[in-house]
Amino acid sequence: MQLSINGETYAVEELDVRTSLLDLLRERLGLTGSKKGCDHGQCGACTVLVNGRRINSCLTLAVMHEGDEITTIEGLGTPEALHPLQAAFVKHDGYQCGYCTPGQICSAVGMLDEVRRGWASHVTDDVADAPQLDDAEIRERMSGNICRCSAYPNIVDAIREVAQA
Amino acid sequence: MKAFEYNRAASVEDAVAGAAAPGARFIAGGTNLLDLMKLQVMTPETLVDISRLPLDQVEHLVDAETRIGALVPNSDLAANPLIRQHYTVLSKALLAGASGQLRNKASTGGNLLQRTRCYYFYDPSMACNKREPGTGCSAQQGFNRILAILGTSEHCIATHPSDMAVAMRALDAVIHTLRPDGSERAIPIADFYRLPGDTPHIETVLEQGELITTITLPPPPPGVQLYRKVRDRASYAFALVSVAAVIDVQEGRIAGASLAFGGLAHMPWRDPQVEAALIGQAPSPALFDAAADALLEGARGYGHNDFKIPLARRTLAAVLRQAVEMHA
Ligand SMILES: Cc1cc2nc3c(=O)[nH]c(=O)nc-3n(C[C@H](O)[C@H](O)[C@H](O)COP(=O)(O)OP(=O)(O)OC[C@H]3O[C@@H](n4cnc5c(N)ncnc54)[C@H](O)[C@@H]3O)c2cc1C
Ligand code: SF4
Repeated sequence: MQLSINGETYAVEELDVRTSLLDLLRERLGLTGSKKGCDHGQCGACTVLVNGRRINSCLTLAVMHEGDEITTIEGLGTPEALHPLQAAFVKHDGYQCGYCTPGQICSAVGMLDEVRRGWASHVTDDVADAPQLDDAEIRERMSGNICRCSAYPNIVDAIREVAQA
Repeated sequence: MKAFEYNRAASVEDAVAGAAAPGARFIAGGTNLLDLMKLQVMTPETLVDISRLPLDQVEHLVDAETRIGALVPNSDLAANPLIRQHYTVLSKALLAGASGQLRNKASTGGNLLQRTRCYYFYDPSMACNKREPGTGCSAQQGFNRILAILGTSEHCIATHPSDMAVAMRALDAVIHTLRPDGSERAIPIADFYRLPGDTPHIETVLEQGELITTITLPPPPPGVQLYRKVRDRASYAFALVSVAAVIDVQEGRIAGASLAFGGLAHMPWRDPQVEAALIGQAPSPALFDAAADALLEGARGYGHNDFKIPLARRTLAAVLRQAVEMHA
């Protein structure tokens, strides 16, 4: 099976079909940026982008993603050339232990794209309207990413700055 | 996770043929099935991957019906301009459920068929008639604050956890399927789910290998559309009580009411008597109380979930009040 991850093609042989996309990334391909928190879709630490959309990589089978374009935190930026969201998280101290951060950042990338496409959220006054990304909207849209250190105010600051740039 | 055979379906015909044998299951978004397979609550022998079938369109049909493919992701359905304009209660219910990541993966068909979040169902070391028929129900004497108060049985008090299905119940959705023998059927959502009775493991009228292909919505009834969800935290939590409502007020009287409830029963709950109590009447706190009386007539708490009875009453009243204010 072939998988396209961060622009590179990986050939994966003899894959146990039970392997989640997360376990494939971490255990087989050494892409350990995506984190395993709960392994049940409840924490968001495993968030990656598949064809540009954010998903929980723990709740999907690797074998279902043949041919998909997968982007993990390793594919967003490098230490020398950070993605704007990575830079903003550093600037605003959007973490303490850092375990949830890759998932937060991948999620924020997907979330900002959803906003650009005009998707409403649970806190949008009129779901028929295009949303204005205020702090309440950021918080609601990022609720799928839990931060045990509770760095939420700084995470919101980082995302707001990038959204307004 | 138990080992299984994985097959990717090439067509809907291929899918139903591949899932005809007992032990086979479809997988769409996988967000509920894989969760349960990891815990060995569900142990299918074969997974038929339907995620690439071309059932991902939302179409407005000539007769003013709307047709939703079973594989339309929850986020795309919520964001669809047609749904946002004409079926706002459905958009709102979808957006009140799960998280952005999960909605990107969760499918319309899979959402309808997601299983209860009863703690004991999720724990294979505990007795549960739904998971293992005949073993008993740990929830009746256990932690049951999230469980049902209406339509329960001595065998199971689980709730159906979906938000989307509650809105679809209020909108009279019809579920279209294909069976392994090639026959199709159209099942009104009112007939789709089953109460637990003495077979809580059988949750819908679907047969082995029966594939949901599309869901149709009739033209929306007139009136304002609301979805109110009460939960333990402001986001990313299942409903304790939820209400989907389409309410029409004409000349100071309620002319139309379509009300469905989540978090109360084994299925999205709808009671014609609640709507009958409202229609033709002038809105007032006493009227809303009478509607709640009709809703909760047979309600029964199991200890931890007793609070749902007054909570359902207050939530219904709040929704009706809001609907009337929006007309004013
Ligand atoms: C942490 C968490 C929080 C959540 N919060 C909420 C919430 O607040 N509100 C809410 O409503 N939901 C919530 N969900 C549940 C989520 O909405 C469901 O998991 C999702 O809708 C299931 O869709 P799926 O496509 O992933 O289904 P799958 O997991 O792929 O399938 C579920 C079931 O449906 C069957 N199936 C799927 N498609 C078809 C078809 N076309 N025909 C026949 N059978 C089919 C499968 O065989 C399986 O038995 C939450 C889930 C998680 C993990
Ligand atoms: S309420 Fe239903 S699902 Fe929960 S333990 Fe009892 S039988 Fe199982």
